Amino acid sequence: MTAPILSCREVTHYYGSQMACRNVSLDLYPGEVLGIVGESGSGKTTLLKILAGQIEPTDGTVSFAKKGGALTGLHEMSEAEIRLLARTDWAFVHQHPRDGLRMNVSAGANIGERLMAIGDRHYGNIRASAIHWLEQVEIDAERVDDLPRTFSGGMQQRLQIARNLVTSPRLVFMDEPTGGLDVSVQARLLDLIRGLVRTLGLSVLVVTHDLAVARLLSSRLIVMQGGNVVESGLTDQVLEDPQAPYSQLLVSSILQV
Amino acid sequence: MTSTVGDNGQTDGYNFAYLNEQTKRMIRRAILKAIAIPGYQVPFASREMPMPYGWGTGGVQVTAAILTPEDTLKVIDQGADDTTNAVSIRKFFTKTANVPTTTHTGDASVIQTRHRIPEQELREDQVLVYQVPIPEPLRFLEPRETETRKMHALSEYGLMHVKLYEDIARHGHIATTYAYPVSVSDRYVMDPSPTPKFDNPKMDSMPALQLFGAGREKRIYAVPPYTKVKSLDFEDHPFEVQRWSEPCALCGARDTFLDEVILDDEGGRMFCCSDTDACEARQQAGSPDDLLDQAS
Repeated sequence: MTAPILSCREVTHYYGSQMACRNVSLDLYPGEVLGIVGESGSGKTTLLKILAGQIEPTDGTVSFAKKGGALTGLHEMSEAEIRLLARTDWAFVHQHPRDGLRMNVSAGANIGERLMAIGDRHYGNIRASAIHWLEQVEIDAERVDDLPRTFSGGMQQRLQIARNLVTSPRLVFMDEPTGGLDVSVQARLLDLIRGLVRTLGLSVLVVTHDLAVARLLSSRLIVMQGGNVVESGLTDQVLEDPQAPYSQLLVSSILQV
Repeated sequence: MTSTVGDNGQTDGYNFAYLNEQTKRMIRRAILKAIAIPGYQVPFASREMPMPYGWGTGGVQVTAAILTPEDTLKVIDQGADDTTNAVSIRKFFTKTANVPTTTHTGDASVIQTRHRIPEQELREDQVLVYQVPIPEPLRFLEPRETETRKMHALSEYGLMHVKLYEDIARHGHIATTYAYPVSVSDRYVMDPSPTPKFDNPKMDSMPALQLFGAGREKRIYAVPPYTKVKSLDFEDHPFEVQRWSEPCALCGARDTFLDEVILDDEGGRMFCCSDTDACEARQQAGSPDDLLDQAS
């Protein structure tokens, strides 16, 4: 069995006296999509931020395997190293594209930012990859000089994904990537994400409260409630035959058309 | 409060150069630190000065801290010695420090400047003091001070190129003409104050010490003599300075920074040197017609 790319052990986090997640352990293997589902306030986003090195957990460890390297604890890395990882090996797709985009510069500059951050200094090449990535996410190449605020919500979200994938990250964190989009746009975006994940061989951690999104994207699922992991397993297994009472409630709450 | 010059050549009513000695010491400590870390913005306890923010309160404090009675002061505003800002700051130091002033670049030991570097090459025994409105070059794209400080600390300067990229995408070339970001000594990215980018190459390996004071933003930074200063650019869009199609109408110079002057309301205009001292020196050396003949 291959070694995990990301691993956390007994991660616990408190905001003051408020417990956000407790004793979470998980492994993410290369090329795998792991879904984290649960209701609002169940600690999903906190867990994602801890795994992405944005919050230091109160207790427990998070380790990441760099390219060709062994698992290294984030706490052993310097802030500079973590920030470098965050703009090269990692990608973070925010729920609101406005949090992940620079709204006052053009789409091309948004995509090129990560390239320039790792030292690319050739305008022609940067622009060429910006156009290439716009096409990858099905945005017209002619919009490369337009500001993101002239884009629709779905396009902004796709632009955010393009901006994140331009440095060929190995690990992508997604926080409710389809939240706030209407269902048809949501379906197209999911289709796009699924395609990109397959062709690029990405490892993905996707946080969602939408079980349909989890079912479409992820191969394994973790169900959280009140900061605890109540159930984990293969997506189909968890959704078809939920064991924990909360998972059963969650599955039975899906609206049927 | 009135000020008269006493027998000892010192001013009454003011401490030498307006600021008290304790304040000057504080500013000098900041200056020393700035020189030790070229391009790094050193915070300092900026004082209120008897002029509005934006009129050179930072530059004046730096000048006051380094001025000695033996110094000769020159103040320029957009290259000119005779504009309001230059005249009032020169008068300020005549009154409070009783130092001799000059308009000749070669005769000055301290030159305070608002947004130009003199055309005449500066020497090792001269100090150039810049007035800086916004010292943070990353501010355009990153409004958070905590974040920009971190970016400086970790040398994360990709964002600076995002600005230049945006310029090329919109205008087809790097349209930033002033406050053009530079990398100092291959480490810190620095805003050279709103000097035209025409002056950027002069900052590189300049024999004179360059000090930058931002009064409102409470920052001092410096470029020590003979320090590498490189303007940021792209490989396929290299850094270029402005060029003019015609020479200075007064002195005939083709290698200086020119101001456009509107002459009438019928589209009449002329171009003339922004550095009045260099322009006058050339005019005295020969009439414009002779110089124009030589130039053409």
